[in-house]
Formats: sequence, C-alpha cells, structure tokens
Amino acid sequence: MEGRLDHGVYQWLAIILITLGLIAAQPHIDWLTSYPKNLIVPFADWLNAMMDWLVTHLGWLFMGVSWLLEWPIKGVRIILQALPWLVTGFLICLVAFIASGWKLMLFTLASCLYMVIIGYWSESMNTLSLVAISVPMAILFGFGLGVWAFNSRQAERVIMPMLDILQTVPAFAYLLLILMLFGFGTVVGLIASVLYSFPPMVRNTIVGLRRVPAEVIESGLMSGATARQLFWQVRVPSSKRQLLLGVNQATMASLSMVIIASIIGGTADIGWEVLSQIRKAQFGESLLAGLVIALMAMVIDRVTSGLASQSGEYENRKGSQKLRQHSLMIAVGGGLAFYALAKLVPVLEVWPREMEFSPARSMNESLTYLIVNFRKEIEMIKTVAFFFVMLPTKIGLQGSISPFTWGFELQTWHSLAYATSMTVIGAICAYRFNPYIAIFVLLFAIFFYFGLTKMPWPSLVLIYSFAAWRVGGLRLGIGTFFGLGFIVVTGIWPEAMLSVYLCSIAVIISFILGAGLGIWAAGSDTVSAILRPINDTLQTMPLFVILIPFVMIFKIGEFTALLAIIAYAIVPAIRYTEHGLRNLSEGVIEAAEMMGCTKRQMLWSVKIPLALPVMMLGLNQTIMYGIAMLVIAALVGTNGLEQVVYIGLSDGNFGVGLIAGMALAIIAMIADRMTQAWSRNRQSDLDISVT
Amino acid sequence: MTSEAAVSNAAASTKVKLSCRNVWKIYGENPAQFFDAGNGVVDTPQALADSIANNDHIVANADVSFDVHVGEIFVIMGLSGSGKSTIVRCISRLVEPTAGAILLDGEDVLKKSDAELIDIRRHKMGMVFQSFGLMPHLNVIENIAFPLKLQGIGEQDRYTQAERVIELVGLQGRESNFPNELSGGQQQRVGIARSLAVEPEVWLLDEPFSALDPLIRKRMQDEFLRIQSVLNKSIVFITHDFQEALRVADRMAIMRDGAIVQIGRPVDLILNPVDDYVREFTRDVPWESVLSAADVAEAVDGPVSGIGRIAADTPIDSLLSYLGDNADGVAVEAADGSIIGIARAANVVKALATGSGATPAVVRK
Repeated sequence: MEGRLDHGVYQWLAIILITLGLIAAQPHIDWLTSYPKNLIVPFADWLNAMMDWLVTHLGWLFMGVSWLLEWPIKGVRIILQALPWLVTGFLICLVAFIASGWKLMLFTLASCLYMVIIGYWSESMNTLSLVAISVPMAILFGFGLGVWAFNSRQAERVIMPMLDILQTVPAFAYLLLILMLFGFGTVVGLIASVLYSFPPMVRNTIVGLRRVPAEVIESGLMSGATARQLFWQVRVPSSKRQLLLGVNQATMASLSMVIIASIIGGTADIGWEVLSQIRKAQFGESLLAGLVIALMAMVIDRVTSGLASQSGEYENRKGSQKLRQHSLMIAVGGGLAFYALAKLVPVLEVWPREMEFSPARSMNESLTYLIVNFRKEIEMIKTVAFFFVMLPTKIGLQGSISPFTWGFELQTWHSLAYATSMTVIGAICAYRFNPYIAIFVLLFAIFFYFGLTKMPWPSLVLIYSFAAWRVGGLRLGIGTFFGLGFIVVTGIWPEAMLSVYLCSIAVIISFILGAGLGIWAAGSDTVSAILRPINDTLQTMPLFVILIPFVMIFKIGEFTALLAIIAYAIVPAIRYTEHGLRNLSEGVIEAAEMMGCTKRQMLWSVKIPLALPVMMLGLNQTIMYGIAMLVIAALVGTNGLEQVVYIGLSDGNFGVGLIAGMALAIIAMIADRMTQAWSRNRQSDLDISVT
Repeated sequence: MTSEAAVSNAAASTKVKLSCRNVWKIYGENPAQFFDAGNGVVDTPQALADSIANNDHIVANADVSFDVHVGEIFVIMGLSGSGKSTIVRCISRLVEPTAGAILLDGEDVLKKSDAELIDIRRHKMGMVFQSFGLMPHLNVIENIAFPLKLQGIGEQDRYTQAERVIELVGLQGRESNFPNELSGGQQQRVGIARSLAVEPEVWLLDEPFSALDPLIRKRMQDEFLRIQSVLNKSIVFITHDFQEALRVADRMAIMRDGAIVQIGRPVDLILNPVDDYVREFTRDVPWESVLSAADVAEAVDGPVSGIGRIAADTPIDSLLSYLGDNADGVAVEAADGSIIGIARAANVVKALATGSGATPAVVRK
C-alpha cells in the first residue's frame, strides 16, 4: 500500500514538472497557449447543415406535431383564463387541503390572493396551463420508459445515458433545436419542459419497481397472480410512494423549464414577465413577479410531495377517507357555488386593474436610495472580490498584480518568495499529513500564480485526465481525456476555462461556507431549524428568481453571477454535511466518548472523517447545482461556455450553441463521475455504504 | 423399532401428498450442463455436487428427496445457507429447479404450463413468508382476500370467505387496519390467513415465526398447531430453530450444504443421529421432555398385571414422580390397548444417561 502511494506521488511530481516545463516553453510555442485555429474541427457547421437538412425535409412532420400539440395547450389555457379566479383558487386550495391539510391550504390561499392582488393572476394561469399539459405527458412517457428499462437490461443501457445527457446539457442549448423544428410558440416550452421533466420520472420508476421486497413479489406469485396482475396489482401499488416522488420531481422540473423556456418569448406567462422586467431594470416589479414563481413552486412542491408521503403511510383513518370519497362532490359543489358567487360579484371573477396593489414603485425607490447611499461599500465588496480572488484565479497573480490593483509592482523576488513559501508549505503538508495534500497545494499554487485561463491547455488536459484516472480508474481517465479533447478540437477551450474558473470559485466558496454551516447545524438544533426552511425555499425556487436580488444590488457582471451561483450551490453543501454528521453510527461515537475525546477531537478526528463520504456526495451536488446555476447566470453577463450557449440561442446559431452546451455537459459529467468515485473509494475504505 | 408404529401421529395418513424426487438447484453460468437427464437421478450425488462446486457453480440443492403425507407436518431444518428456503421455493416453483421432480398428488409440478401453475397456486398451495410479504397498500381484509381477488371472485364473496379465516387466526376487529399498524405477530397472522384463504391442500411455511420475539413465537407455534388440528393440511415447515422443529414436527429433515443429512421423527434423530452435525443440534435437547414412555419401555413376554398403565406417547418427565414411588415401573400401552412393554426407573435413567453429554464421574469401589 505504502509503495503504491509513493508511486502515485512520483507520477504527480513528474506531471508538475512537465507543467512547469510547458509554462516555460509557452512564450516560444504559440499552440501551447491557444489551440491553432486551422485545426479546429467545424462540428458546429456540420450540425447546422444537418439541422437545415432536417428542417427542409422533415419540417412538415414536426410542424404537424406542433399543430396538434397547440390544441390541448390552448384548451387548458382558455379554461383557466375563463374561470373566475375564485373558482380556480378554491379548487387549488382544496387539492392542497387533501394533500397535506390546513396549513398548506392557508399557505396556498395566501399565495393565490397574492397573485390576484399583485396583478399577475392571468400570467400565472398561462404558466400553470403549460405545466398542466406537460406534467401528464412527462409522467406517462417517463413511466413507460421506466417500465421498459426495468424489464430489459439492454433498454436500460440505452436509456440511462440518454437521461444523463438530457439532464446535463443546458436547456438553452436544445431550446433552439426545438424552436427550429417546431416553430415559434408555446409548444417549444411544452416540449422542452417534457424533455427536461421526464428523466426523474424514469429514474424513480426504475428504483421504485426494483425496490419492492422479494417476498411481496413471491407472495403475489403464490397468491396465483398472472404476470399482468403481478405488475399492476402488486408491483406498481407497492412502489407507489417512489412513483409519486417521481411525479413530484417531474412537476418541479417541468415548472422550472416552463419558466426558462419563456426566454424565447411569446408566452405571456410569468417567466416572461420576470425576464422583461429585469431587462427593463425594473427590479421591484421583477422581484414581485419572481415571488409569484417562487410561491407557485412551493405550493406545487408541497402538494405533490404531500401526496407522495401520504401514500406511504397507510392508516385506517375514517375521517380523511370520508373526505377523500366526498372530495369530488365538494369540488363540484363548491366550484359551482363559487362560480355563481363570482358571476354576482364581478371583483371575484376578474380582479380589476385599478384595485391591484403593487409596492414595486416604493421598492424601486428604496433600492435606489440603498444603492446611492451605500455605493462605496458595494463598490468595495466588488473590488476586493474582483482583484484579490477572481482576477488572480482567472489570469494569475502574475497577470493581476499591478500598482493599480494590489498597490505594488510584481518583482522577481515576490515571485521567488511565493514559490519558496508554497514549496515549504507543501513540504510541511507532505511531512505532517499526506503527500497528496502537498501535491494539491503545489498544483493550486501553480494555478493561482499563472492563472487558469493562461495555463497551457495540454498540461491542463493532462492534469485532469490523470486525476480522473487515479480517482476513478482507467475508463474514467480515458473518458476525461477524450471529453476534454473534444472541447479542445472544437476550439472552445478558452471559454470552457472561463466557465470552469467561475464555477470553481463559486463551488469552493459554497462548499467551505456550506460545510461550516452544516457542521454548525449538526451541533445545534436551533440553527438546523432556522436553516431548513431557507434551504427548502432556495431549492424549490426556479433558478431565474435567485438572480434577481443580486442583479438589483450589484448590477450585471461576473460578480453577480458568482453570488447567485453561491446562493444556490450552498444548499447541498449544508444539507449533506449536516446529514452526514447527524447519521453516524452511534456505537463509534459512544466508543470515542468513552476514550475521552474532547468536543474538538470528536469533530475533527471522529465525526468528519466518518462523514466524509456523505460530504463528498454533497460536494458532487454542489458542483452540479453550481453548473446548473452557471447556465442561467449567462443572463447577467458571464463570458464562459454558458454565454456561448446563450448567444447561440439568441443568434439562432444552433451548432455553436449545442457544441458549447455539450462541452458544459462534458465538464459536468467529468466532475460528477470523479466526485462519485472519490466518495465510493472512501466508503469502501471505511467499509460503510451511503445511500 | 417397536415404538415407531405405536407413536405414529394419528392424524397423518400413509397417503403421500407431495413428493420431492432428486431435486437439484444449481446457480451459475450454465447449470444444465451437469445433468444428462432432467430427472436428477445420479449414482454418486456427493461427487457430482463437489464437481459442480469446483466448476464455479453454486449448489443450492443437491439430490433432495422426501415425501410429505396427507395431514403431516414435515419440518425442514438447517442453518442459513443450507438450502432449506430454496427447496421450498422449488416446490412452489418460485425457483425453477435444475433437475428432479416435484410430485403433487402424483403429478409433476415442474411439467406444468404457466397457466396450470397459476391454477395450482390459486387452489392447491398456500405459502407463508418469513417477513410476511404483505401488500403494504392493502388493509387486513383486502390482504387476506387478495388471492381471491386475483381469481376474479366478487367483493362480497371474497370478504365472506376472508372473514372466516380472520376468525380462525383471531384477527377479528382488525379488518380495516393496514400492515404497518400491526405488530409482527399480527402481521404474520395476516400472512397465515391469506395463505389459507384459498383453502390449499399443501401449506408451505418458510420460517414463519423466525422474525418474531421468543414469547410471541411460542404462542404462534401453539396457534399454528391448533389451526392444523382443525384443518389437517399437508405441511412443509422450514425453520432454523431445532426447538421449534421439535414442537411442531411429525417428521423432519436436517439439511446441510443443500443436501438432506437425515430424515426421521424428531425422536429418531435424537436417539440415532447419523453424524456429528445432527448430534450437534440434538445435544442440548431436554431428553426427558422429548422421550415418551414408549421410547424407554422394555419389552416383556406374556401378560402384565399388578402395575399401572400409561399411554405410549406420555412424555417421561411427567412419569418421574410415579416411577420414584413405584419400583415395579409402569406398563406402556399402545393406542389399541396392547402392551408395548414396561418402563422402570432404571430404563429412564439409562436413556437420560445416553442423552447427557456429561463425562461419567469416576466412582471409587
């Protein structure tokens, strides 16, 4: 074991030397810095040509589908718009009550009233109508595929990677594809939303059907079930809870995609409202509209998850069963009564414009006041973050230190001192802890000095592929090499590094802050109780909305994007850390206590090492959340791949956008597989398993 | 042995209901390669099992043969991994045997089509599972009536039928509860009731009480014996608990490494274990409660008079005080009233001495 470790350390040292050598050679060899233009493989052009062919030859087919799909959307939309808000609100509240009880019903009622009074009811109903059509489609499609994958290993082998791709390629990249095939209109939102929301249903269907205990299946067989009976009367009902969890996730995904898809416009829904208000820099209005989305998301989430958890706990409650039996009657009766009432009292049918109440103006004013009065402070936060963290990571200390930024010129002796001190720190780490920590320190020192975007691409490809090989085995190493190779030969490596740079800073900050908060929450029930609803809210919030407060204060730019990513990606870091620390085996903790561990020793020498695999999964999710938010953050002006994707969408350049989107997906998948493998290695070292 | 006929269970007839014939179950890449014919009959089963194991295949059942008579409780006992669960699943074809035959009323279950198999399960077999295997989404009565529902019987009829078995297992008043609202013992009562709802002829129980607390387990064993005394099913009962096997078995088989080591009445296994493996199980058995008067009776010639009489199946622990007071012993009579022999204190002491594992003390002259 020792010997093999040392072997790895030497390999790493060799790679560091190669990297330094390449950096030294950089001024003399051009292609080390930027991949030669004439060698770029024009995938984007090919894709565009393919697309043109498809549109000219099969366009009629897609247009036909589009025409067919328009009808149900129009139908639901007309119904939801025609019904008085009182009736729709009543029905939604009734569903909330059945799903979860009084509390949720009151929350739902408040949310509905907010939408009505603030004047966004009709936009909300447009959004809801798209969700209402897309969710059943996604569920049926997802369940069907799930059943197929459950029954056939081969089908599963095809379906699973497809789901990975659909969930990691940014939506902006395939929105254009849909737009070109199916034409402008609400259908684009519908199809995008179905494509994005059926994968969780597939996954939950497979898991649910598989997890039915063997004895339940056997007892079904022994009861004399035919294959069909066994499936529909034993397997499906036994996995109902997991299936409904899939419905919950699919619904949430559908809503968030409907919102994102409104970026192409023409939908007159609430997402479009938020976007256009942001574009007009009317932050009060955009925040109010954003809140509508957040409320919708929360209500839909609580209702569907309420239904899911209810289905797991079978109880013989006479009362609620009675209610459920009569719910249809109550719905019809109450609906008609309220309809009549709304016809008598016009305010209850359509809330008049002049009665709308919007605090947007005063919000805008107080925001202006805030920004004017605290301009210095805001500017300072921005400057410090920019000059001392973001710029060095991007172009390196050697590029960013100047009298204008740091107050002094970078001298040779500065660099020498930096190099020596980093080597010393590395040596101490190697001596005190673990040679791999030393390697990590050295690599970090090199990145930070030369800058991620200034590093020669061959050495970065080498470092990432080698790390992937060491952590996840040969296959992951080769996969990483070819994945990164794809990014290089398509000529978008510089943008890719800009994405990686922004995302890495955000992920590192999120993880450190989040793990800290998680440790705190694991030790204190009060903190935990405060953090939980905040996390819940952030997690259910459509990504768009998270941008709003940051844009309001810090305007457009990378720093705003950074903050928005952190705000979203911190959630899994907190969650997993707390979960990992709170769910350790009690025997070990008691044993450590009996050995006389102090609180600090307990945390650092016992709890954290044992919780590390779970925390790693938290890191994995932090990265995934970070990348998801990064894509949306393109709206506030970033420069990486996500921006290429976004520009591809707005310019109608399908090929460029899709290639950049695929590159982002590749980066996400590499990060995902590496952190997963890392967590697995730790789990097998500790002989535990984390679910 | 003279005593065997005398103590045979009055309920169990000599008609064979279910019969396992040379059943093999092999797991691995290509299990069929080891068998030329499907009937599983081989000259040297042990040698074949060894060679299969050496060929990267797993032998779950090796040449298992036994008969279950009408009304008999046949217990299969073994440690975990001995293949006892596999064999009961081979009988019900939840697991498809690699070779051999399963005869139910003389017909090979393994040759039945899928539709016929479903029919057999619907009408002739009932099975009880270790962790109950209840449908979580159905309440007690729906669970019990589930097999009837699958047969397409109308709601009214199946609930009437279910009500009857609910009474049999003592679950009245619990009909509308869901499984997660019941204790383990109650859940297994539901499992038992469900398996009996279709009035099966063969009743398979796979470690039915192993998941229960010891006290509940004992009570459920009593319940089970009571139910059996009413219904008189042909039973295969799997357990890893020798004490449980003793309590319920008419006859039992001990399994190891997928093969049957010994078959017989519990008392035969105790008195004549074939090897150390079987002896290991029987060592801690309290002999005085297992042995009956017939087992210690000494045969006599001619008529017996002047001493008390006792039934052949009287356990000897209940005779100890009588024998202490009456040096002449007691006459043991069979069910038909004929005398099997006389049991004296000395016979009992000798029998107990055989069963005790203690080293004899050195007695000075």
